[in-house]
Order: sequence, then structure tokens, then C-alpha cells
Amino acid sequence: MGDSSESGIESGGAGSGPPHLIGRFSRLRSELGKDDARPALIGFASTLAFFGVVIWAVAASGNWPRVQRSFFSAEAFRNAWPDVLGGFWLDLQMWVVAEILILALALLLAVLRTLRGPAFLPLRVVSIVFIDIFRGVPLLLVIFLLGFGVPALQIPGLPNSALVWGVVALVLSYAAYTAEVYRAGIDSVNESQRSAARSLGLTQWQALRYAVLPQAVRNVVPALLNGLVSLQKDVALISVLGVREAVREADIIRARTFNFTSLVVAAVLFLLASVPLARLADWYSARDRARRSQSAT
Amino acid sequence: MSKDVIPQITLDNVHKRFGKREVLIGIDLEVAEHEVICLIGPSGCGKSTLLRCVNLLERIEKGRILFGGIDITAPGVNENDIRKRMGIVFQAFNLFPHMTVLENITLGPRRAHGIAKVEAEARGRDLLDGFGLGDKADEYPDRLSGGQQQRAAIVRSLMGDPEVLLFDEVTSALDPELVGEVLGVIRGLAERGMTMILATHEMGFARDVANRVHFMHEGKILESGPPAELFKSPKAERTQQFLKRVIEAGRL
Repeated sequence: MGDSSESGIESGGAGSGPPHLIGRFSRLRSELGKDDARPALIGFASTLAFFGVVIWAVAASGNWPRVQRSFFSAEAFRNAWPDVLGGFWLDLQMWVVAEILILALALLLAVLRTLRGPAFLPLRVVSIVFIDIFRGVPLLLVIFLLGFGVPALQIPGLPNSALVWGVVALVLSYAAYTAEVYRAGIDSVNESQRSAARSLGLTQWQALRYAVLPQAVRNVVPALLNGLVSLQKDVALISVLGVREAVREADIIRARTFNFTSLVVAAVLFLLASVPLARLADWYSARDRARRSQSAT
Repeated sequence: MSKDVIPQITLDNVHKRFGKREVLIGIDLEVAEHEVICLIGPSGCGKSTLLRCVNLLERIEKGRILFGGIDITAPGVNENDIRKRMGIVFQAFNLFPHMTVLENITLGPRRAHGIAKVEAEARGRDLLDGFGLGDKADEYPDRLSGGQQQRAAIVRSLMGDPEVLLFDEVTSALDPELVGEVLGVIRGLAERGMTMILATHEMGFARDVANRVHFMHEGKILESGPPAELFKSPKAERTQQFLKRVIEAGRL
């Protein structure tokens, strides 16, 4: 169908003659150019004007030099950078390790929760109770409980590091949320897909593994990316245990120098990591939407 | 059907309900080997549920279903082993959208029957060729027309060498001009002696292909007979009304 309509346009164009066509095209292009440039120019100018006024207002106020000294001192920035950056490296490591564990544990929880049949009731109950508890208790509280509580027990064989238990707290809490994300994905796959897989002789587990889960995970990738961005910031909560990651390092410097620039350094580092990630998540969501609307037609 | 042959499929007083609604009420049905059975009747009469019960996708409350003389609704029966010997084709195709056609049709053989990938794919390509889909093996289902998708779904159901095929209104979701190609495929299977149960709204097709037709109404089989008889001189009043409406709608 697409072929025939294209060839129709071509033959029509040939009939009306090239010079005429070129004239029409150039007119079209100049119009398009005008339409394209004007909104962009307006947007640029208004943005410039807006931020110009804001910056002028801030700088013109009598308090700006004090604010600058305290938060945006170039010298303090340079001095704090190496230690805070070192701490941020630890943040990134905790983030990656935690995310891998979260994705795995959450998938397990979601799968257990969707198992059918009376024999699997205990597993379903375990999953539901786990999710209810760790979704219901504030993350900071879980970090306190595990990070201070477990090492204090001095149980032989268990690690005593606050860092380890802080990451465990993050994993438990985030896994509970992420399990619900997966479950929404599993529920979004039509029941008929499961029927089709079972009718081929596949077991319940195989139907889930080969037919349902690949579609379920694909449906929730944007939500998973969102969680990834969120976790990237929440690893900083582990600083309350005294773990010397970026926020902790920055706060140590703040206490020593009575200057807040070190905290701004940490903020900049977190932004450098999270903003590109957020854009990546946006890009994926947009692409995913396009893919869906295409396959729907 | 002679009495000393064990029927391939027997439904014996089968009851099924969804909540309070009774969907199947005491269904008795026998299907012999190489026989083609058509179930006709208005929407919601229980045709689809009957097929899903035979495939053990729904659990029956009362009665029993025999497959090759064995009660497959008895406790302790491995439903996966039973399903491996049957094929079912659905109204909405139910192909797996994240897999190519070839992956779709080899999933069952590879995972349920434990056949090696190379072997399963060779057989898959052969079958696809036979059904005019040879060039579609590596396409994803959403690139195929409805008729091609349904033919791919039929190939998928054939890959496990089923002893019985179940068709659940397989042309109802198709554009009218695509119905013919799918019916042609089913006709070919009937000619090759495949045992089949079809739930269908295609009366003309049922008349041509079926050995026997059963008219279902509100969970019961009201009337059965050879198609020539049932379509020409229906006895039950409900059957007469139903066929009259079908003729008025130009479907016969």
C-alpha cells in the first residue's frame, strides 16, 4: 500500500514539471525556516533574560559576598575536591553493588509472589510479608537498625562493617519496592500469553521464564531506571553510619573549616552522575513509547 | 463410529462453573480418531471453555475427560505431559511478541519436549515452508498479517506432533479477506486425517469439513448430527433460531 501511494506522488511531480517544483520547495523551506527559528529565538532570549534578572538580583543583594564565601568559595572547592571525590568513588561502588543485588532479589520476590497453586502458599506469604515490612519502614530506620544493631551483636561469622550492613539495608528496602515494579510488569502481560505457553507443555516456571518475564521486564525498564537514579542519591544515607563516602567526607571538611563549599562539591558530584542517568531514562521511555504506538497501529 | 474403537477424546458429564455462573452443564462428547468435530452456537454458550477444559487450562468441577482411554482430569495426572500430546490454537493467535516466528514455534519442542535447537529449527523451517511461511521464520509476529500470524500459531501447535488439535474460533479475529487462507490450512489438516475439535462461527466451513456438528446453548449440547442433517433440518427450536439468524447475517 505504501509503495503505490509513493509512486503516485512521484508521477504527479513529474507531470507538473521540475521548475515549478523547485519554486514550491524553496518557498516551503523559507517558511519552515522562519517557523523554526522564531520559537527558538524567543525561548533563548526569554531564558537569558529570566536568569539574567535572577542572577543580578542575587548578586546585587548585600548578602551575596557572604553567601559566596560560605558556599561557593573557589579555594575551599579546590581543597575539598580530592577527599570528597574519593568518598564519591565509594558511593558509586556501593551503588553498583546494591543495584545488582536489588534487581536479583526483587525479581525473586516478585516471582515468588506470582506463583500459583496451594503448594506455593508459604513462599507467597514470605514474599508478601517481606515486601510489606521493608516498604513500610523508613529506609533511614532500616539503616540504623542494621548498620548499628547487627555489628553491635558481635556474632562470630557475621561481618561487623557498618558499610556492609548499610548496603544490606539499602538492598532490602529497595528490593521491596522494585519487586512491586516487577510484579506490575508481570501483571501487565496478558494472561493469554501464559495460556499459550502452558498449552505447549511448558511448566509454570518455564512459561514464566520464557513467555512472561521477558515481556514483563521490557515493560518496566523505565520504572527500573527511575529506581536506579533514586538509589544513586540514597546511597549517601549510609553516611549516618560513619561510612566515609562523599557526604561524610564533605561534612568532616565542613566541621573543620566552617565552610559549606565542601557540601556543594558533593552535590555537584551527585548531579554529574544523576542528571545524565535521568536523561537516559527519559530517552528510553520516549523510545519505548514510540515503539509501542508503532506496534499498536 | 464403531463401538469397539476407543474414542480419542471422551467428555463424560463435564461440569464447569466460573463463580456462580455455570458454563458447562453435563457435557457428553466423543471424538474418534481422524474425526473432525465442530462446535457451533452463540457467543458465551461454552464452546471455548469446553476446549480449554480439554487442554486442562481450566479445571472441571464434575465429570471426567478421557484422552486415549485415560482419565486426564484425575488427580495426579501430569498436565504438561498431556498438553504435549495436544495442540490448541487461540482466537487471538497468542504468539509471543518478543520472539521471532521460528523462536515461537520451537519453544515447545525445545523446552517441553527437550529436542535440540538445531533439530527443532530444521523441523520448524520445514513446517513453515509447508504452510507458505518459509520467508517469515525470522520475522517478529507484529510484522505479519493476521492470517500469517494465525498460520504461524497453527504451525506452533503442530510442532509437537499432536494427536488432537483444538481450534478456538481461530478466524474470528481476522479481517474477512484473511479468513480463507486460515480455513484452507485447517481443511488441509482435516484431509490428512488430523483429529480436531473446532469451535467456530464459520458455518459454511463447518458444513464442508466436519464429520459431526454439535450445537451448544447455555452450557449444554442441544443437538448433534452430521452437518448435512443438522444444517438442513435442525430439530431443536434453539438450533432453528440460531441457524436462521446466521443465514440472515449471510454467514452460511
